[in-house]
Amino acid sequence: MRKDYDVVVIGGGVIGCAVARELSRRALRICLIEKGEDVCSGTSKANSGIVHAGFDAKPGTMKAKMNLLGSRMMPKLAEELDIRFKRNGSLVLCLSEEGLPALHELYERGVANGVEGLAILTGDEARRKEPNLSGNAVAALYAPTGGIICPFELTIALAENACANGVEFRRNETVTGISREEDGYLITTDHALIGANCVVNAAGVHADEIHRMVSKLPMHITARKGDYCLLDKEVGGYVSCTVFQLPSALGKGVLVTPTAHGNLLIGPTATDVEDKEQTPTTAAELSYLTKTAALSVRDLPTRSVITSFSGLRAHEDGGDFIIGETPDAENFFEAAGIESPGLTSAPAIGCYLADLIAKKLGAEEKADFVPTRKAIPRLAELPAEERKALIAVNPLYGSIVCRCEQISEGEIVEAIRRPVGAVSLDGVKRRVRAGMGRCQAGFCTPRLMEILSRELHRPMEEICKNVSGSELLTGTMEGRK
Amino acid sequence: MRELTCIGCPLGCSLRVFEEDGNLRVEGNTCPRGETYAKNEVLCPKRTVTSTVAIRGGAVSRLSVRTQTDIPKDKIAACMEEIKRVCVHAPAAIGDVILPDVAGTGVALIATKNVPKA
Amino acid sequence: MKIHDLIVIGGGPAGLAAAVSARRAGVQDILILERDHVLGGILNQCIHNGFGLHTFKEELTGPEYAARFIAQVKEENIPYRLGATVISISKEKLVTYVSREEGLVQVQAKALILAMGCRERPRGALNIPGSRPAGIFSAGTAQRLMNIEGYQVGKEVVILGSGDIGLIMARRMTLEGAKVKVVAELMPYSGGLKRNIVQCLDDFGIPLKLSHTVVEIHGKERLTGVTLARVDENRRPIAGTEEYYACDTLLLSVGLLPENELTRALDVTMSRVTNGPEVDDRLQTDCEGVFACGNVLHVHDLVDYVSEEAALAGKNAAAYVLSQPAAGRTVDITADNGVRYTVPQKLDPEHMADAVTVRFRVADVYRDRYICVYCNGERIRRIKKRVLAPGEMEQVILKKSELKEPLQSIRICTEVE
Repeated sequence: MRKDYDVVVIGGGVIGCAVARELSRRALRICLIEKGEDVCSGTSKANSGIVHAGFDAKPGTMKAKMNLLGSRMMPKLAEELDIRFKRNGSLVLCLSEEGLPALHELYERGVANGVEGLAILTGDEARRKEPNLSGNAVAALYAPTGGIICPFELTIALAENACANGVEFRRNETVTGISREEDGYLITTDHALIGANCVVNAAGVHADEIHRMVSKLPMHITARKGDYCLLDKEVGGYVSCTVFQLPSALGKGVLVTPTAHGNLLIGPTATDVEDKEQTPTTAAELSYLTKTAALSVRDLPTRSVITSFSGLRAHEDGGDFIIGETPDAENFFEAAGIESPGLTSAPAIGCYLADLIAKKLGAEEKADFVPTRKAIPRLAELPAEERKALIAVNPLYGSIVCRCEQISEGEIVEAIRRPVGAVSLDGVKRRVRAGMGRCQAGFCTPRLMEILSRELHRPMEEICKNVSGSELLTGTMEGRK
Repeated sequence: MRELTCIGCPLGCSLRVFEEDGNLRVEGNTCPRGETYAKNEVLCPKRTVTSTVAIRGGAVSRLSVRTQTDIPKDKIAACMEEIKRVCVHAPAAIGDVILPDVAGTGVALIATKNVPKA
Repeated sequence: MKIHDLIVIGGGPAGLAAAVSARRAGVQDILILERDHVLGGILNQCIHNGFGLHTFKEELTGPEYAARFIAQVKEENIPYRLGATVISISKEKLVTYVSREEGLVQVQAKALILAMGCRERPRGALNIPGSRPAGIFSAGTAQRLMNIEGYQVGKEVVILGSGDIGLIMARRMTLEGAKVKVVAELMPYSGGLKRNIVQCLDDFGIPLKLSHTVVEIHGKERLTGVTLARVDENRRPIAGTEEYYACDTLLLSVGLLPENELTRALDVTMSRVTNGPEVDDRLQTDCEGVFACGNVLHVHDLVDYVSEEAALAGKNAAAYVLSQPAAGRTVDITADNGVRYTVPQKLDPEHMADAVTVRFRVADVYRDRYICVYCNGERIRRIKKRVLAPGEMEQVILKKSELKEPLQSIRICTEVE
């Protein structure tokens, strides 16, 4: 069989990109196949952006192990990839006396998992730390190692760095079948037939479908939808820690947190859904969300909501991450059921799988691996003199396109021209935040479309919000009847 | 009988216009402006049409235009058909006549924007 | 660093009129900073007619109205920078802007006029449930794509919100061959002008559904439809009234918000009602020498009033630059009983002009009410109004001669009888 690659990674979410980046340390021919028009377009694009401290998962599970490792790896990784990461700490609130035993149980679990610095605070101690906390909080578990990160930045930076180290990215390509050959796998996509020694299944909510193409062992993934509301930066400082609630009869898992970019985020809800493609928010969930989040803090500033969205988490029936070589399919590796704390665990899962694969294939470390990647300069955050100097070199940095976030044409052009660059409005938004501000792209949409059209040499009518079919325009005035 | 909403002021009176022996009688108005408006709307309703036409050789690709004065309402569709076929060349200046007689109304279509040569 | 007598932030209708007025009042050194590549602001995309009846006594389109003021700026030789985005201002009136040609520039002003305009409320602020497909535009974005860039944004359209831009776009898209199926308005009355309802909707048989809103958005890649529902008196959707409309485009015309991101750095008092800075009768903010006018101050419905207000700001900024006029005690103007806010929010009884125009909006649609002005608790004015509506800005002119001395309080309110 013809071998196009040593390893084919299926899925360009944070897990697929982390695996690809770790694999790219080795002398291997690697490609990553993503069905969306861009990386970071499934579960990775819509989640809480939390680096969990690691007290949630049951000791001994893959979740517990990967969470702790991932959290410990994050500072160095963030530095290498030049992305924002902040250990803002997290608080789990106990809103009634009856909840105290459960809070202590969570503490014990965290200690067993190896989480450092955990402390149980009284309600007043918690409120001194976080003045806007609800007066009903009777106690809280404080985890200083909890953190926040931008999931877009992490995923895209991993992809860019993997690409710079030789990984080939094939976006807009869907895997339709995999057949096991004597000496490897033959992967059928909607564009090509690809031969590879080894396959990594990182297909998120679709991982069970990919799994069934090669394995007889049971795997079933449920898409669990979570709705979120994003609030304006003017209330981004409403809390400084990530504030969770103790699971109770009223609900579980709704958090209030600042984001890595300084907004305030509330969410998620949890509803199992049939359709793994559609992710509509619902009135009932949004209303439940704001009501539940309002229990954590005083006077939740809901009038500052700038957008709502939802994401799907991949929940596997077994409840734990499934990571490793599939027992009945040699050289077929999987990272399935990666729900929370998946984002936190991504760096650890990437290393773990890449090590297994490298060992299996006997791949050597490359001498020329470059672990670092530079972010696109964020002009709005630079001191005047540095900004001046950059504009002098590239005048496009002086032309502001997105008013709300003060993003310049230079940054947008770079987002498009980079390896694994943006090809859609959403792609630009995720890389440089143009259109992510309070006007939600009202002013900059026409300009962003023009820049995409010019840089990609595509007519305006072909510019999409994201995937093909999401074109923004329906024609030109000259083409009208 | 025809029912109309007066646009003379925010009051928005509901007007009823009756035809009696070749004369028009207006009900529901609270001021004389309502009566005038209703009669005009029934006898010969008119509107200004605004749109854009293609322009070549300028910094922009569309030139905004309007009918110089109101045209009969029933000519709007014909006017749009003519507008869609027009393509002019830069420069263009406000007031330039784009079509001298749009849709046989005797009214000119004029430019409403200055577009210098690129 | 360059020092200018007056810097005007924004080259739309407010900025242009303010600059011209300041120049005519004697200020030599003026600089207009405009972020777009042309002067005129949002008027450039408002190609419909209906502008200028008050100012020029004739009915102009947006670009024509803008061109008149641009011509005045050029006649007066007032310098302006295009593609120049102001990124910060300070209490000390230090202005930092960036542009492609000049890079990052810091300039010092003796006086500052804020004329940044407003922006549209986006979908997110409404928190409409459903998916997030392509095909949802704020009405102004669609207007720009059509009228300036020359593209069609959709074929089958639903419009949420009956603000004037939404109504204008209903007609515009219909004339260009799109099918506008319905305009839904959350409130029991339209926020748009009567004339626009008749000429943009009724003329084309487009239904206006009052007390209705979009409760769900459908479609994955491109919008496939929306669900409308009737709302109760608390503006909550009524179960069982849902109706599905297939469409590929949803335009939002759900309100405008003054764009005061820069203003916040001045730490001046902001009005929670207008979302603009509070100003005195000279249109000066709490920060001395910083004036505001146009939609950044409060959202107007007629550009003519923007021009008038801006000319006043320009004149007062000129007086500030040229003669540092005396300033005294100010008295708050209280908005009450159906009057939501006033602009200005306060006045200086000693140094005020002989007549001060106070503009305001009412909270609901009222019929047969009076607008009353109380001065030191005594009613000094009572004006009968057949109808008052939140969509139409109202005004009263306060004469210095009629205000009691010493002035303690002014209250503007509506009264039934």
